[in-house]
Amino acid sequence: MRTTGQRIGLTAFLIGFALFVAILPLSRYVLTDKVLSETIQKEQLEDVRMATASMQGNVYASSFSFVGDYRAAIAQLNEGFKRRNENNRLVQDYAFPVTKAASTGFFPDNSGLFFWLILVLCVGGAFLYILPEPRTLPGIKNNGIYQDPATNRGWIGVVVCGFLIGFYVLLYFFPEYMTNWVLLFDPLSQLLNGGPASQWFVYGTLYTLVILVMGVRMLIKYRHSRYQQFRTLSVMFFQTVFAFLIPELLAFFHQPAQDLKNMWPLDYSFYFDYRIDEKIKAGTFGIFLLVWGTALWLLGVPILTYFFGKRWYCSWVCGCGGLAETLGDPYRQLSDKRLGAWKLERIVVHSVLVFAVVMTVLVLYTYWSGQPSVLGFLDSYGIRSAYGSAIGAVFAGVLGTGFYPVFGSRVWCRFGCPLAAYLGLVQRFKSRFRITTNGGQCISCGNCSTYCEMGIDVRWYAQRGQDVVRSSCVGCGICSAVCPRGVLNLENDSTTSRRTDPGPIVLGNNSFRIQQ
Amino acid sequence: MKHLIIIGNGIAGITTARHVRQQDSTVRITVISAESDHFYSRTALMYIYMGHMTYAHTKPYEDGFWTKNRIDLLRGYVEQVDTSGKRIRLADGQWLNYDVLVLATGSVSTTFDWPGLSASGVQGLYGLPDLERMEQFTQNIDRAVVVGGGLIGVELAEMLRSRHIGVTMLVRDPHYWSSTLPAEEGKLVGRHLLRHGVDLRLETELKEIQARPDAADPSGRVRAVVTNTGEEISCQFVGLGIGVTPNVAFLKNSGVELGKGILVNEYFETNVADVYAIGDCNEFRQPILGTDGALRKPIEQIWYTGRMHGETLARTLCGSRTAYRPGVFFNSAKFFDIEYQTYGTLNAQLTDDEQTYYWEHPSGEQCLRINYRTTDQSVVGIHALGIRLRQAVCDRWIQDRTPFPNVVSQLRQADFNPEFSESFTDQLTGHAPARSPDRRKGWFHRLFSATH
Ligand SMILES: Cc1cc2nc3c(=O)[nH]c(=O)nc-3n(C[C@H](O)[C@H](O)[C@H](O)COP(=O)(O)OP(=O)(O)OC[C@H]3O[C@@H](n4cnc5c(N)ncnc54)[C@H](O)[C@@H]3O)c2cc1C
Ligand code: SF4
Repeated sequence: MRTTGQRIGLTAFLIGFALFVAILPLSRYVLTDKVLSETIQKEQLEDVRMATASMQGNVYASSFSFVGDYRAAIAQLNEGFKRRNENNRLVQDYAFPVTKAASTGFFPDNSGLFFWLILVLCVGGAFLYILPEPRTLPGIKNNGIYQDPATNRGWIGVVVCGFLIGFYVLLYFFPEYMTNWVLLFDPLSQLLNGGPASQWFVYGTLYTLVILVMGVRMLIKYRHSRYQQFRTLSVMFFQTVFAFLIPELLAFFHQPAQDLKNMWPLDYSFYFDYRIDEKIKAGTFGIFLLVWGTALWLLGVPILTYFFGKRWYCSWVCGCGGLAETLGDPYRQLSDKRLGAWKLERIVVHSVLVFAVVMTVLVLYTYWSGQPSVLGFLDSYGIRSAYGSAIGAVFAGVLGTGFYPVFGSRVWCRFGCPLAAYLGLVQRFKSRFRITTNGGQCISCGNCSTYCEMGIDVRWYAQRGQDVVRSSCVGCGICSAVCPRGVLNLENDSTTSRRTDPGPIVLGNNSFRIQQ
Repeated sequence: MKHLIIIGNGIAGITTARHVRQQDSTVRITVISAESDHFYSRTALMYIYMGHMTYAHTKPYEDGFWTKNRIDLLRGYVEQVDTSGKRIRLADGQWLNYDVLVLATGSVSTTFDWPGLSASGVQGLYGLPDLERMEQFTQNIDRAVVVGGGLIGVELAEMLRSRHIGVTMLVRDPHYWSSTLPAEEGKLVGRHLLRHGVDLRLETELKEIQARPDAADPSGRVRAVVTNTGEEISCQFVGLGIGVTPNVAFLKNSGVELGKGILVNEYFETNVADVYAIGDCNEFRQPILGTDGALRKPIEQIWYTGRMHGETLARTLCGSRTAYRPGVFFNSAKFFDIEYQTYGTLNAQLTDDEQTYYWEHPSGEQCLRINYRTTDQSVVGIHALGIRLRQAVCDRWIQDRTPFPNVVSQLRQADFNPEFSESFTDQLTGHAPARSPDRRKGWFHRLFSATH
């Protein structure tokens, strides 16, 4: 039963959201001289202008026809260059900035108004919606989750999933069709980094906003648990300050933009030539960034994971984790708990780790030796771009986040993240962290397993009185929170005190002694 | 032993099957049950109704587990046990021969002969059919009555409240669950129930159920209950949570000796050779003593007990005859948002040789009680509400008869609350008086803070 406030909030949010979707086709597109000179590099401007002469002055009603004509014109131009062997004159794809600059009409002229309208409706509506019914007491209230089509893989979940996938496909592969969204964020981008917004700025801003709003929801939902509250505040802080504000400010001061908490191999392009060059060019500060980024994974991961488990990163600091723990919280129960999924997880996630390491080694080899190909057949550029689109875009974005409402919130972290695999190895084999199970108190109810976003069958351990020591556990602590019998507790203690082999009986029975 | 038949796929029967299979790879094991194809967690019934989980989530093992471990599951109701022929008959007429028979048939909900008991919308909560009925009879209703102030009663109340159905709870005693909880704890839980909108009626009993019969439903749909004070409370659903009774009716003429439950000795042996009884359905002829010297109830209808019975019986069945020796008693429950744990023997009324220590948090939603012997100060029992304690530590204190002052000074070791929780051990230095729990706080504080 929703309160009036919640109903108003939901309505406002839906209106804001509908508006956000509705503005996408709301521009007309006119290619002018001004557009070209603002977006195309000087050396190529004349070529492009000639090639697109027939488009100039036309009013296009949709971005599809505009981009279609523009791409055709450039393709024809490049065709000519190729035929004449003038490869140095080939024009790259400017479709995104050209389309964005060519937008005209009511929406681009009033984008500021739309920005505020959508922001207020969506954020305000969301806040109204997540405020609890006034009489609800603190405590675990997962009521109705499996009866609600939004959270039980019902039709609302499928619709949301469709939207998210569509969003990621646009973002990674067709940004030229989402220019109206990017226009919304131009003023904010100017303010923060002094330049116009890119699709990545839009993504980063929305990402942060979602973590903040849904973070507040977490703070309220788990107001009886300080562990949950501190952890949520932590991911909100790291996303806002480290992932969002600091990189934008660095860009503002013309420094290499870097998320200081992100690290290789999650940040898989950290050792790519252009990023190393950019840092070296930036002098002392750039070198600091290089050393910092390296020390994080080389020293930070083993040391901190030894003491606290991988949770110090995955559910307290990481951006992907931050999204999963906030936006993903309503979907955490949808992860696959079957044994088969665990087997698949181990194969896939460790393969990605190997892939990331090999790719990075090849890239560095090329960087130092200047040879793009290794052993005659491994092309480091090809491999790195394959990694970028297959792992970076499709796995982390489309699959990992797009499928939240169907496969749960940690698909990427569980099956795809190479850093999680690395942290997991340390956690599994050399760490003080474990989830202690409380003697024989487990009633095998299954709440812990159901609400484990990593698909760990926590109950399997709890009901046999064995500590949970698993490489995938991100230490979110929800199993402990939802357990109605106080069976589970996240603890750090000496590495030898982790009980990983159960006796055949659990505490409470003294009928016989077990000879090990 | 060539063929082991276990009747009942609950925690007791299934634990036996699993442990026998671990120790003996050749014996044929058949588990028969009428209620469900697979073992599921009865304790999670409420969470299915409340939408926290689906039935599938309550199954502790994947369906493939049973074939992999060669444990044959058979769905069916056993109507007759022929102990002289060593065989059983299923409802479909099929006979099955056994070498060893384990009875693990659990309980049924207790009822009394109240007038109107057969009205539709009146039921207990024990198994999946109850859940289905409850789902059906609580659609679009706004008022229900729960009878009984015990564990299942409070679960029924929570289930109904989760669907915003008004609940009146009739409790015979002067405070909630007075057979087990001392007055302070009972009152603490009672306050919590009130805050959850439960209309708690203490010292009130059900006298009669009134129904509205019609052509389609001759016994009628419940419309009200009448209490012993003469009050009529209108309602569309009545949940009975007054306890459970061993499920043994089908054994009446089998030759297996019955008391309230199936009578067994400390090896779970019945009066008939090769027939054993474990879990909720058995009753010990001689009192069972825990290793701490405490007397256990002859019928103990608890999940953990069923599991320990199963573990122990499996030893006997596999060749090493083993007597049942439970350790220090423990149990747990949850009353809406308040978790409850108990260790050792904590009598609702102190015995002559006992003293008590009670601490309650100012919020009125957490408390800790430690009972100890006057003679040597050794701890006998611990109750915690809203606090998680570490079983291994409490168990050791009670087993080793640790003196109360030592327990208090080592209390930190037993703290099992999540990291960053407010440390109760630092607070309970004295008998802090409970402050009124309904202080008003600003909305911001209420929104984000744990104490309500
Ligand atoms: C709602 C509820 C909540 C509970 N919560 C807790 C709790 O939090 N903590 C706790 O410790 N305990 C709890 N209990 C008690 C606990 O669930 C029982 O003690 C335990 O399940 C008993 O297990 P069992 O194996 O003895 O019997 P059961 O689980 O009852 O299994 C017996 C099975 O045998 C089947 N059967 C019976 N007779 C026949 C026959 N003739 N032919 C075929 N099949 C038959 C029945 O259908 C049943 O499926 C709860 C009980 C209920 C009902
Ligand atoms: S939630 Fe707690 S009681 Fe339920 S299965 Fe998990 S550990 Fe056991």
